[in-house]
Amino acid sequence: MAETKTIKFHIRRYDPKKDKEPYFKTYDVPFQPGMVVLDALHYIRENYDPSLAWRYSCRMGVCGSCGMLINGSPTLACNTQVATLGGTEITIAPLPNFDIVKDLVPELSKMFEKHVAVSPFIVRDEKELDDEKGEYYQTEHQLEQYLQLTYCIRCGCCMAACPTLATDPDYLGPMPLSQAHRYNVDTRDGGRKTRNEKTGSSHGAFKCHFAGECSRVCPKGADPAKAIQHMKRQLVFDFLHLIKNQKPCEKQHGPGNEPKKDVPPAPPYTV
Amino acid sequence: MAEFTRFDNRLGILGWLGKGKWGLERYLYILHRLTGLAILFYFMMHIFVTSLRAYGIYLWTEGNFFHQPIFRIGEFLVFAAFAFHAFNGLRLVFVELGFAVGKPIEPIFPYETCISKQRPLLVVMMLLSAVLFAMGGYELIMALGR
Ligand code: SF4
Ligand code: SF4
Ligand code: FES
Repeated sequence: MAETKTIKFHIRRYDPKKDKEPYFKTYDVPFQPGMVVLDALHYIRENYDPSLAWRYSCRMGVCGSCGMLINGSPTLACNTQVATLGGTEITIAPLPNFDIVKDLVPELSKMFEKHVAVSPFIVRDEKELDDEKGEYYQTEHQLEQYLQLTYCIRCGCCMAACPTLATDPDYLGPMPLSQAHRYNVDTRDGGRKTRNEKTGSSHGAFKCHFAGECSRVCPKGADPAKAIQHMKRQLVFDFLHLIKNQKPCEKQHGPGNEPKKDVPPAPPYTV
Repeated sequence: MAEFTRFDNRLGILGWLGKGKWGLERYLYILHRLTGLAILFYFMMHIFVTSLRAYGIYLWTEGNFFHQPIFRIGEFLVFAAFAFHAFNGLRLVFVELGFAVGKPIEPIFPYETCISKQRPLLVVMMLLSAVLFAMGGYELIMALGR
């Protein structure tokens, strides 16, 4: 029988209770065909050190929790085949540009605060909610304007790769900016002008100088750099008043979906 | 509430360099910043040196301090920095206004990103700056030979 290949995993460890500085520790893991980096981390935890900490949930590149620096590139542990990395030594570290909570666990809350700050949701007049029979129609072209950005899983790999974030911690960063753009270009949305105040600020889109790293590492192909450049054009056009104030699209009523008549008004708030 | 310690893992200026794992555009990004600073430095020195003529000091004329060959080479480097900064800057103007990065598409593996879309523009701009380098280099060799 062929001998199983052993892979050396150099893992950056850090325990805030014990260590002043992170350090590297090496573990030997037997290679299995089809093995992803996440499997190797499980092997290490089960066979060498149950205190090794990292984040994961879905195991299939959907939840966005297992982003880490694998051989120097930010990517998903569950989505990275050990075989494709080549060689017998693999280095794993937590995502840079985020504080380290423990071992491979990055503190992502700053990224999510920036995300929330750009109103990543559809902003419009709530009165329409009462029109329950109406629907928002979009053409294929209108859908395509933002579809790519809906694939983002907020893994933070782009934030770890961005050189601007490496020196400016207040820069919004590729994920929040591209997510702001995702809603700006949605025909149902009316919040672009409000978002512009954030995205056009000194820590906003114009801090991006197109190093393109975010798009290169994005495991979902969301291409945040492209969205940010398109956003800059919109910001410039908005500043020059070249975009006519487009109102968000209105609800339509297809056949058989006519608006209800004589709907009694909602009762007043009790609290 | 419990105290949490976090280790600051922000890369700082060295993060611009990465670990040699990054793409071409990132190195142009660094070079663009460095050449920008170099040109600014040159510009300030230039104003200072030429303003000395108000006191009758002409450092750049025949036989004076700035007439040494080393400053000829320096002049070429400033010119090269300018040529790179100008052409790369033109690329950035196009790209950052959302041209030459492609349209929104549905991501289908293997993903194509805006980086490959703007590559041809990058190559053309770098070729144009190479032409200027060559012209400046020719001038330099001629000047040193004199
Ligand atoms: S844009 Fe890509 S890399 Fe960035 S958070 Fe979303 S999925 Fe991750
Ligand atoms: S393109 Fe912009 S956001 Fe993306 S890595 Fe570069 S500087 Fe950062
Ligand atoms: S575990 Fe969910 S993305 Fe990797």
